[in-house]
Amino acid sequence: MPINYYIFLSVALFCIGVAGVLTRRNAIIIFMCVELMLNAVNLLLVAFSKMHYHALSATAPHAGIDGQLFVFFIMVVAAAEVSVGLAIIVMMYRNTHSIDVNFLNRLKH
Amino acid sequence: MNIQLVWLVPVLPLVGFLINGLFRNSLSKGLTGIIGSGTILLAFVISLLIFGQVRQEGFEGTVVTLFDFISVGKLHIPFAFQVDQLSTLFLLIITGVGFLIHLYSTSYMHEEEAPHFARYFAYLNLFVFSMLLLVLGANFIILFIGWEGVGLCSYLLIGYWFKNLDYGNAAKKAFIMNRIGDLGFLIAVFLMINQFGSVTFSEVFAKASTAKIGVLTAITMLLFVGATGKSAQIPLYTWLPDAMAGPTPVSALIHAATMVTAGIYMIARSHVLYDLTPVTQGVVAVIGLLTALLAATIALKQNDIKKVLAYSTVSQLGYMFLGLGVGSYTGAVFHVMTHAFFKALLFLGAGSVIHAMGGEQDMRKMGGLRKWMPVTSMTFLLGCLAIAGIPPFSGFFSKDEILSAAYSKNPVYYGVGLFTALLTAFYMFRLFATTFSGKFRGTHEQEHHLHESPSAITIPLIVLAILAVVAGFLGIPAALAPNAHWLERYLEPVMGESHVAEVAHGTEIGLMALAAILATVVSLMAWFRFKSKPELGEPSGFGKVLANKWYVDELYNAIIVKPLDLLAQLLVWVEKNIIDAIVNGVGRLVQYSSRQLRLLQSGQVGGYVLLMVVGILVLFLVELFVKK
Repeated sequence: MPINYYIFLSVALFCIGVAGVLTRRNAIIIFMCVELMLNAVNLLLVAFSKMHYHALSATAPHAGIDGQLFVFFIMVVAAAEVSVGLAIIVMMYRNTHSIDVNFLNRLKH
Repeated sequence: MNIQLVWLVPVLPLVGFLINGLFRNSLSKGLTGIIGSGTILLAFVISLLIFGQVRQEGFEGTVVTLFDFISVGKLHIPFAFQVDQLSTLFLLIITGVGFLIHLYSTSYMHEEEAPHFARYFAYLNLFVFSMLLLVLGANFIILFIGWEGVGLCSYLLIGYWFKNLDYGNAAKKAFIMNRIGDLGFLIAVFLMINQFGSVTFSEVFAKASTAKIGVLTAITMLLFVGATGKSAQIPLYTWLPDAMAGPTPVSALIHAATMVTAGIYMIARSHVLYDLTPVTQGVVAVIGLLTALLAATIALKQNDIKKVLAYSTVSQLGYMFLGLGVGSYTGAVFHVMTHAFFKALLFLGAGSVIHAMGGEQDMRKMGGLRKWMPVTSMTFLLGCLAIAGIPPFSGFFSKDEILSAAYSKNPVYYGVGLFTALLTAFYMFRLFATTFSGKFRGTHEQEHHLHESPSAITIPLIVLAILAVVAGFLGIPAALAPNAHWLERYLEPVMGESHVAEVAHGTEIGLMALAAILATVVSLMAWFRFKSKPELGEPSGFGKVLANKWYVDELYNAIIVKPLDLLAQLLVWVEKNIIDAIVNGVGRLVQYSSRQLRLLQSGQVGGYVLLMVVGILVLFLVELFVKK
């Protein structure tokens, strides 16, 4: 499969994520959209990694492996982020009985 | 008395100043008076002891060096005192007259509250200290320190009653006018350092003849500018009449007897320089003569008793400068001395009158005071006779010496000088007749309070009157009795041989007789004219011009003060509208932009994210298109 498809899919996922973050007010959905963006990047990394491997495997047996390593890192970071982020959302819900991010306007004051 | 102890003379008044100044809130009036007068009396006694040594035949001037004052590169300025005949004479005048005036002040200022009383005495002591420094300094820098010190004290004492705005303005006027002159003095000192590498009298005078005549003329002219400021000569004389705002003893001490003669002392001290520069001498003589004449004409129409005396002081100072200008340094110093006696006497007498009149200074409201104040009027009369130049009172001899020297230089000088002397006689007897004879013209209440002043006031009057009568015999002219001129012989080690061409004795006696007869006639004329019919109305015609002081103050106002004021207003405008605008503009710009930027910080999380995305997009586009 040519790399173009992977790129298009990944960009589409990323844009959906961005649009979700920008337009939605529900913290959980924003959260999910952030995850979507992260995973779009992951997908792209894996796709490029594979492309490099195919192109260079004859001379370099480990070509493109570092792209996949990055993906693991991102997954770990995303998991950590989720745990913190969910905790914040829970606290927010306890305080405001809402998970509408517009309530966080109060940060300003 | 060891000459080395001369430093005690100025230090004693300084101690008095420190005690009265620092403890003014806790000292009683009696103690303040004793400290203030006592230190001056002690200084006078020490001066007398020094005088006892200095007057001996063959005494050479000594320099007493206390410490190295300024030492920069090749320039060394020691803090040194010059003890010779001239400075010792001034020591005696300053401490002697100064003591009498301190004594007088203890009574005159008695109505002041104790702290202000002490403030007065502190200033007065500081003044005496500065004046002594001025005459004792062995170089121009020490002289300048004293010069500035007396200027400061004059300012402080003119503005002694500082709650009165007019008095404060008079004080400022005196200070600023003096400052103009002081600038000339300072530049002269710098020129001296540049030319001679020294400011010590002996070194400068020794090297003077090697300097170019142009430079020397510049130095002497600039020194003279300083003298016109301090000694109230044209064009800087206008501060002195206004300085009468101060308490009357201050006018007597500072603005008649001592400070205003500082210019004469300075020029007499540097006579070596002036002898080498005939151009400056001519200028000094002409300025002195013009000042004498101008001030005398103004004095004719003044009605404030102190103003008359103030203009008469300016006029007499003009005489002294005339004497200096024609080379009669001894005559000028002689006139300084006699003037110190009779003018201090006249001022103190006027103070006694003002005291009795409850602060009234307008002669038109006085009259007939002889009846109530016999001592004051008697001593005042002696002062008038002395200043009018009637023999054998002191003013006659000193004035005659200057006039005959003027005659030998240029008969025109003599003519104008004699005319001025007659004016002097006229206005002084106008003053005397208006004040002391005729009917009392004040209010009934004032009449009730009229009284002779207490002894602390009358004793100085009597002492000064005696001095005003007899001081002239120290300088009997050679035409009358050969070798009877004690002062000339006394000052000879400092002044050198007389620089004045001798006038034939017959001519001189003729001139003296003429001056004496005319002065007597004019005095009697004024006396009879104003004895019973004083001038009470407002002057008209030319008299009005004189009463308004030739409109000199108005002229200065129009040509100097107003343009400067306009310039100041312009600069204020520039300051407010240009410089301030720039500074405020920077501040306002920062404020405006921060207010605009603050809008970005909305607190809307969505907004932040949008901006972030926009930012990423921008970076992306830049990366994509611009970098290549």
